[in-house]
Amino acid sequence: MASTAVLEAAGAARRPRYGSMSRDRKWALRWSYFFLIVFAIFFLTPPVYMFITSLKTSHEISAATNPWWVYHPTLSNYIELLTSPMFLTFFKNSAVVSVCVVIITMLISVPAAFALSRMRFWGSAVLATGVFLTYLVPETLLFLPLFKMFATFHDLTGFSLLNQWWVLLILYPTLTVPFCTWIMIGYFASIPKELDEAALMDGANYRQMLIRIFIPVALPGLIAATIFAFTVSWAQFLYPLAFTTSVDQLVLPVGIITTLVKADVYNWGQIMTGALLGAAPPLIIYAFLMDYYIAGLTAGATKG
Amino acid sequence: MAQVSLRNVVKRFEEVEAVAGIDLDIADKEFVVLVGPSGCGKSTTLRMIAGLEDISAGDIVVDGAVVNDVPPKDRDMAMVFQNYALYPHMTVYENMSFGLRLKRFPKDEIERRVQEAARILDIKELLDRKPRALSGGQRQRVAMGRAIVRNPKVFLFDEPLSNLDAKLRVQMRTEIKRVHQKVRTTTIYVTHDQVEAMTLADRVVVMNRGRIEQVGAPNDLYHAPATRFVAGFIGSPAMNFIPCRVEKRGEHLYAHLSESVGFQIPPARTARYGPAVGREHILLGLRPEHITEARPNGARHVAEFDVGVEVTEPMGNETMVFFSIGSTEVCARVSPTAGAREGSLLRLAAHLDHMHLIDDASGRVL
Repeated sequence: MASTAVLEAAGAARRPRYGSMSRDRKWALRWSYFFLIVFAIFFLTPPVYMFITSLKTSHEISAATNPWWVYHPTLSNYIELLTSPMFLTFFKNSAVVSVCVVIITMLISVPAAFALSRMRFWGSAVLATGVFLTYLVPETLLFLPLFKMFATFHDLTGFSLLNQWWVLLILYPTLTVPFCTWIMIGYFASIPKELDEAALMDGANYRQMLIRIFIPVALPGLIAATIFAFTVSWAQFLYPLAFTTSVDQLVLPVGIITTLVKADVYNWGQIMTGALLGAAPPLIIYAFLMDYYIAGLTAGATKG
Repeated sequence: MAQVSLRNVVKRFEEVEAVAGIDLDIADKEFVVLVGPSGCGKSTTLRMIAGLEDISAGDIVVDGAVVNDVPPKDRDMAMVFQNYALYPHMTVYENMSFGLRLKRFPKDEIERRVQEAARILDIKELLDRKPRALSGGQRQRVAMGRAIVRNPKVFLFDEPLSNLDAKLRVQMRTEIKRVHQKVRTTTIYVTHDQVEAMTLADRVVVMNRGRIEQVGAPNDLYHAPATRFVAGFIGSPAMNFIPCRVEKRGEHLYAHLSESVGFQIPPARTARYGPAVGREHILLGLRPEHITEARPNGARHVAEFDVGVEVTEPMGNETMVFFSIGSTEVCARVSPTAGAREGSLLRLAAHLDHMHLIDDASGRVL
């Protein structure tokens, strides 16, 4: 009797709070949306401003009108840039450098990560940490000694490495290889050890194990590393600014700054247009690769 | 088809000796199960045979050739892992044919072998699926299929059923036995489950602390264990070990378990147990099924005694009865109709034809 009474009392007390879980969730969602919208506004304002400016003539930009509205929209900035051989050269240089850097980075970091995570040789753990530590050294510290090294190389051999776009193919991997190796070590380490052993028992050697098992299974990691390497080399500003000077050797970010800013004359419309056009390829690549970025590809390999 | 021999094989991990020198001969087509508690070195032994683990000393011989330094891919063995280890990005067909494709077998030969293995394992309709679309039991079948298509000299199983639920485990156990009867390949199987070992093996190898305790057919291990460890490990519930004192009175030997419980040892064993007379640290080993309720006109060599029942565990077909002799807890298996109730007195019968005497100091069964 007593216990029934207690139960009923508890039930009555609880009834108004029925569904409190979903109410909590509702509030959590409201707060998430609030902050997401704040962040979205914060981060989308610059590109929107760039887009608005890119549709204006120089005259309208310098006129004191509402900067957030276009009164006489025009595509002249786009047409001018896309028909300018110089801008197309920058674009081509950037594209060639980035694609080559991605390929070079992957060719080095994937086998390196495989060796460091799976082949267990003397000193492999120390080396793996060392690879990561090199990434922590800021590039702004590295370009001076690199510059000095190139100068010394020139003194010794008479062969100049400066002002050549392809030198960037040697420079960028110093930034991308350590980080990509580190990412791939992490992904390879998440592949169960039994998978290599099964491949070994099936008669695979290390090369076959890497190409036929590890790379397909770690594909999400490989894509993450690719995106990283591409973004780093596409957006790199300091190294090309320091190491290349001739107009035909420049990559996009440096090209835009050096050719569209003449002394204190800023060609804002074209700068904004160039920046927007330059931001497009990484966005397109993200959108394309994200479809293949399927996490949990290892599901089903082992139990669980 | 192959014979496998281990000659004084040792495995050391830094200071720890995981396998402390074992000798074992496995005949062609034999199904041998290595069984023991975790950490006894059974998996390490299997991995050394596979070539996945270097050996610290000794020789592994396959068909007369020492294979110590032969890499796993050249040993022509196939292994089934505890967690299946299927290649997640390949279909079942690709998983099973991977080894053959690496060895550049002709396409139609691969097709024939995969279809044959799929037929044996009844997974034909799964060939186009990816591992993640399979249940645990199906994955285990595919892992076995991957081993079968290779047609290797030796099958190695590393606790293949441990990840399955109890019902499926029993089912797959039968399956493995059936496959072995069809394929007839030398098989080395590692498990910690003594029931699996008993049901599957032609011969069971009981391991403990890196050493082999005993090798024998399942029934031999059950009825004639060589050591206390084997006696306690094989059989469920485990054998009772009761401290006892052996005395000689006239022609006969008597075992005293406590002040009140003692009996005459069957005359056939008098000579065998002679050395135990008057010794310290002697244990009487008797399995629960050999302590039953007293029956009228019972078998020969039965000693009856009364006990106070402490705990009963009804199982349906039988009832486990727990009671104490001295300070030792003893388990008996009685008929559910014997009327065992907690706190009551029960007359039990020890079937002494099945008794063992164990020297507790050395662990040997006398």
